[in-house]
Amino acid sequence: MTDRVIGEQERGDRLEVRVWRGNAHGAFQTFRVPRRDKQTVLDIVTHIQRHLDPTLAYRFACRVGMCGTCAMTVNGRPRWTCRTQARAVVHNGTPLVLEPLRSLPVIRDLVVDMAPFFDKWADARGRFVPRETQQAAGARAARNAEPEGAAQEPARAFARVAPESAERRAADAAIECINCAVCFGACDVVAWRADYLGPAALNRAWAAWNDVRDGARGAVLEAVAREGGCQTCHTHRSCAETCPVGLDPTWSIAGLKRALTRAVLKGDIA
Amino acid sequence: MSARKFVLQRLTAALLAPLVLLHLGGIVWAVQGGLAAEDILARTRGSLALAAFYAVFACAAAVHAAIGVETVFREWTRLTARAAAWIAALFGVALALLGLRAVLAVTWG
Ligand code: SF4
Ligand code: SF4
Ligand code: FES
Repeated sequence: MTDRVIGEQERGDRLEVRVWRGNAHGAFQTFRVPRRDKQTVLDIVTHIQRHLDPTLAYRFACRVGMCGTCAMTVNGRPRWTCRTQARAVVHNGTPLVLEPLRSLPVIRDLVVDMAPFFDKWADARGRFVPRETQQAAGARAARNAEPEGAAQEPARAFARVAPESAERRAADAAIECINCAVCFGACDVVAWRADYLGPAALNRAWAAWNDVRDGARGAVLEAVAREGGCQTCHTHRSCAETCPVGLDPTWSIAGLKRALTRAVLKGDIA
Repeated sequence: MSARKFVLQRLTAALLAPLVLLHLGGIVWAVQGGLAAEDILARTRGSLALAAFYAVFACAAAVHAAIGVETVFREWTRLTARAAAWIAALFGVALALLGLRAVLAVTWG
């Protein structure tokens, strides 16, 4: 990797930015980027890619904090870069250090492979499984067939979920995840144990567990009770501390642990 | 850690919390009656209540610690799940034996 600082020739107030280049075995490369008012970290990366080195790989889409694609490690801490102001993370002339998210395979530069993150999401079974409708139950009864999966009471045409019910409020509190994996990068247990489902997947499972319309809630608890499941969390709260949209995965995981404890004591889960 | 071990660790924690407080309270109370080995043994010898209290204490601590040690092995070493579980189990048995031996010694020794 070159030692030459790129962007040195630019005039005006400049910021030193050290950017990870390469995959797992790479090195930092230093750039100098002009300071601008209200500049975000993503603006800085974009400046580098557009004006200093077009080969720099990074990801973003919405630039307004909705898509969750722009997460990186900024000065050692995972952040959504499109909503992180440079002035909030750079103090008294210290360089800005940009690395890919922790605990995910680095594809190149600032781009990680998100597959393990989403695989765990699927492993935690955080997807919605609709209940059988009355219509389908009727048709099945006519055919005299067994229902697929666990037998469920058929859903009414419209599920009514009282907004003030405890389950609804728990699901609401966990639902606004943008899948950015900031919490995943922040969690030490994720870094230590390859099989740990991690905060985002478990937070999603908690929302599914509290969705009374879901037709397979028991499967959620089974999924998060496996080795590497919710019981693996150490309640460090790094996830809640760093989640850019203010979710509290630690709280969700604590809820799953309570549900798991009850299920084990009742003998529903071995 | 399996779900069952997790619950076992929570249950032993719930048991240990009051036991530790009673143990500390007991020490504070006992030191007023003299701290020499003679004084202590005079109180513990033949006391089935104290023996039962500390036998439960030692077993709960052994189970609780062994599960914790297994977790530490899984997170900080490259041991396989099976090896970590075995070493932790041996550690737990050793702790329980040491604890129970001490209980026997101060009660009937
Ligand atoms: S609270 Fe749990 S999930 Fe969140 S960072 Fe800590 S160990 Fe990870
Ligand atoms: S829980 Fe928060 S930090 Fe984690 S993926 Fe969702 S939005 Fe991102
Ligand atoms: S670019 Fe979409 S959240 Fe940052």
